[in-house]
Amino acid sequence: MRRQSRWSFGLLVIGFAYLGLFLLVPLVAVFGEALSAGVAAYVDSIRDPDVWSAIRLTLLVAAIAVPLNLVFGVAAAWAITKFEFPGKSILVTLIDLPFSVSPVVSGLAFVLLFGAQGWFGEWLQAHDIEIIFAVLGIVLATVFITFPFIARELIPLMAEQGRADEEAALSLGANGWQTFWHVTLPNIRWGLLYGVLLCNARAMGEFGAVSVVSGHIRGKTNTMPLHVEILYNEYNFVGAYAVASLLALLALVTLVLKSVLEWRYGLDGRTSH
Amino acid sequence: MSSAIPGAVRRNTIIPGFGLTFGFTLTWLCLIVLIPLSAVFIRAAGLGWSAFVEVGLSPRALAAYRLSFGAALLAAAVNAIFGFLVAWILVRGNFPGKRVVSAIVDLPLALPTAVAGIALTALYAPNGWIGSLLEPLGLKVSYTPTGVTVALVFIGLPFVVRSVEPVLADLSVDVEEAAASLGATPFQTFHRVILPAVTPALLTGFALAFARGVGEYGSVIFIAGNMPYVSEIAPLLIVTQLEQYNYAGATAIAVVMLLASFALLLLINLIQVWSRRRMTD
Repeated sequence: MRRQSRWSFGLLVIGFAYLGLFLLVPLVAVFGEALSAGVAAYVDSIRDPDVWSAIRLTLLVAAIAVPLNLVFGVAAAWAITKFEFPGKSILVTLIDLPFSVSPVVSGLAFVLLFGAQGWFGEWLQAHDIEIIFAVLGIVLATVFITFPFIARELIPLMAEQGRADEEAALSLGANGWQTFWHVTLPNIRWGLLYGVLLCNARAMGEFGAVSVVSGHIRGKTNTMPLHVEILYNEYNFVGAYAVASLLALLALVTLVLKSVLEWRYGLDGRTSH
Repeated sequence: MSSAIPGAVRRNTIIPGFGLTFGFTLTWLCLIVLIPLSAVFIRAAGLGWSAFVEVGLSPRALAAYRLSFGAALLAAAVNAIFGFLVAWILVRGNFPGKRVVSAIVDLPLALPTAVAGIALTALYAPNGWIGSLLEPLGLKVSYTPTGVTVALVFIGLPFVVRSVEPVLADLSVDVEEAAASLGATPFQTFHRVILPAVTPALLTGFALAFARGVGEYGSVIFIAGNMPYVSEIAPLLIVTQLEQYNYAGATAIAVVMLLASFALLLLINLIQVWSRRRMTD
């Protein structure tokens, strides 16, 4: 047994060293670099109007993309878990598709559809609708990237809960909407919140897909992650790490809330990506 | 096709809303995912073979694929080993603050990739905290393929841990103790008892980390230095082509990446089918 525990202790140390080196140190580095020129420089960087417009845009995009995928996730989970139909596993795989596509490729797909040389490019130009290099394109790319998040969380949860509660409510005379609001929704609310949390973190942090469709117009189509890149490429390192530190705080808040949900409501992180 | 599907729905449930939710799901899936992705394939098909080869299989593109796939493979292998170890610690370890450690494992999923990218660059640059320690040893990380791998190790870690963890948790401690009391060394216990049980989960985690790494962009471009033929990843080459308004070139590379994604998705599904079948045997 002694030999066993010495083994365990050694492995524990290696594991901690690995996590520390690859996860903790980079996180500390963001805050260290952001504050490297002092608190005053940090505050100044964040008070820049371009930073504020980037924050506003990031919040706006998440506020549109997350509810859209929320409605989709609930509808998809309802269809998939309450009914039997052929091709169900194919549908589930297709919903997961955005996870395995490179963000840059998904951005390109929207450029090929709506860009100046795209399929709908001329039509959009004739009708004065801007998608690529505009906020609409950023929203579309974000919806694509975060597409599976809420559905993935709800499908296993609702499959486990089965149909009995809903069938009981319906046979007692409730209609479909009443059943959904008073029976299904209370059953899935924490799982739903969990999905929204992860979806929101990715929506606010997405870089590759948004970078392709945005055009990087300062004050107009610049989200926070894109602004980090612009500042970094201008060698404004304090500014870049200061904006990055705000996003790192968002990540930390997300992780804390996620842990609380897992601990309090027995949700697990297995299905999250 | 789709009009035939509702007729096959199992009728022995009184739950309403199939038409509405299924119709909405399918429409939204087509609009957001399927139509945009098929646009890439249709555009690529319109290029013609020679135009496709000219950019899609140019020496610069081939070097970029080699780097993207090679670095992702190496990073997934590193994560398979250390991710397994971290999962084992989270399941079997007994230490204060386990919940915090478990939460930290998900950091790469929650931290925006651009933030991860500049954080790693700050650390591994020649004057950075870690880079300055490696410099005297003659090791250069940032602006080299090693830097690309480091970024992909960061991004891929949670995939292996979260795949292996539930399987390890289901594996009873009794089994390990039984093996040990029958005289197995820790290595034999690991090799003969633990490893066979977690292999499917480990493979799934490896494949997920690999798939994520191949397409990864934000965390890589800052640390990579992006030198053509040396440290330029395939997704960046797509962006470069787009910036030069070479839509044909960007599409050609994108279609290669998409085919690789689909192959990996198929592989992951096959691993899961195989592991389910193994469980029921």
